[in-house]
Amino acid sequence: MPSHVVIVGGSMGGLRAAEQLIANKFDGVVTIVGDEKHMPYNRPPLSKDVLAAERDDQNSTLDHWHSSVAFRQRKSIADVRWRLGSPAVSSDLGAKTVTLADGEVLNYDGLVVATGLRPRRLDLPGPQSGRHVIRTLDDAIGLRAELHPGTRVIVVGGGFIGCETAATARKLGCEVHIVEPMAVPMIRPLGEEFGNALRRVHEASGVHIHTGLSVEAVVAAAEDTSRLSAVILTDGTRLGADVLVESVGSHPNVEWLDGNGLDLGNGVLCDNHMRVESRPEVVAVGDIARFPDPATGNIPRRIEHWCIPTDTAKRAAATLIAHLSDEPCPDVPFSPLPSFWSDQFGLRLQGYGSPGDADHISVLEGDLSAPVDQDPSALDGTVVGYYQGSRLVGVVMLSPSPVTARNYREAVETSRAAVLTS
Amino acid sequence: MDVRVDYGMCQDHGQCAIAAPKVFQMGDDGKLVYDKHPEDSQRDEVEEAADVCPVQAIFLDES
Repeated sequence: MPSHVVIVGGSMGGLRAAEQLIANKFDGVVTIVGDEKHMPYNRPPLSKDVLAAERDDQNSTLDHWHSSVAFRQRKSIADVRWRLGSPAVSSDLGAKTVTLADGEVLNYDGLVVATGLRPRRLDLPGPQSGRHVIRTLDDAIGLRAELHPGTRVIVVGGGFIGCETAATARKLGCEVHIVEPMAVPMIRPLGEEFGNALRRVHEASGVHIHTGLSVEAVVAAAEDTSRLSAVILTDGTRLGADVLVESVGSHPNVEWLDGNGLDLGNGVLCDNHMRVESRPEVVAVGDIARFPDPATGNIPRRIEHWCIPTDTAKRAAATLIAHLSDEPCPDVPFSPLPSFWSDQFGLRLQGYGSPGDADHISVLEGDLSAPVDQDPSALDGTVVGYYQGSRLVGVVMLSPSPVTARNYREAVETSRAAVLTS
Repeated sequence: MDVRVDYGMCQDHGQCAIAAPKVFQMGDDGKLVYDKHPEDSQRDEVEEAADVCPVQAIFLDES
């Protein structure tokens, strides 16, 4: 009887795990369980192209948008069984079973945890209509339908997704405010100086930014009390609002693993082979996986970058196949290079490594204080190095040339490799 | 093996040139150039390049 691998999570990580199992000659049966009814799709376009494109196309269907962002299916995974639209609700790792919302119980020999994250919501009573998050295709299409010239949009949370959404809404002619609890937008990944440079880009394009504040209350519209008409900030400021976008972080989808004695404090704790603790037949992939990286001190952490589902799927698939075929895991450390980007107002922010680990920064090329009132491209070519002591831990660039991007990527890789071999 | 890049989708992220440098290169002008018919020995790298393209603009036949 062939062995059965159940992949719980029908997004990028789940898809890549299936592809990698089969590419590594797994000859059993693979089942992918998905919460959403859609086949896996690419999320970065959601806050950009899907929100902005084809504004005249009033009749475009969900299928139209899905086909524009869906991942292409390798022929090799034609035999994978898809169980979409019914999430896993519980599991018994001792009995090796997963139970779905529709009651079906799946038995497995190997389990891949790939359930990802869901957006955190603001805990605000009152009208709910007009409040949005942006994580899934359905979220993006719902928000898209409300963005028109003159729409008053409040984005709570000035991280990458919040700032991209604000930039897209502004380009569509909306009146846009960002409300960011920290002192500077994007301060955690980028630091104060870089965050402030991007703040000036947003403000020069007409986005209003309120820092050090949050939304305290949502005010109902007089004509329809289910719909918001304004928000009150924590300093008492009242902003008229048609749309409130909540971009304030996320929760790992771990509840279906409750009761198995796992550490689910912040995602699923794994070892460097992506094995879930004490369960050799269970691996995790993607942004739910909290794993140690020897290049960053071996402290288990989750990484929410786009490249991580693919990188962790390769590692996890090799680990699982080694276990199922009773062979040792590959004895090489796993240390995927974080790579991230963000497109805002014609600037491409491109980063490598873990700049959030830095204790100081150094502007290596260009000038973060260049005037952007006329043209954000004054910042093109800027390169900022992030250092822990004398060690380069990350680099972030603005619209770098391909050669520049490649050279600094290699510099970060070299610096990380030096930690692995020291 | 046939490779095709949809230039309408390509946004010059350059990830393919890192994953499969023998097949994809970023020209001096920052634009992508690539080998449309790479040798089969490049298949793993080309698949990797297609996977890491953030806009999924790389197509390859699987015959």
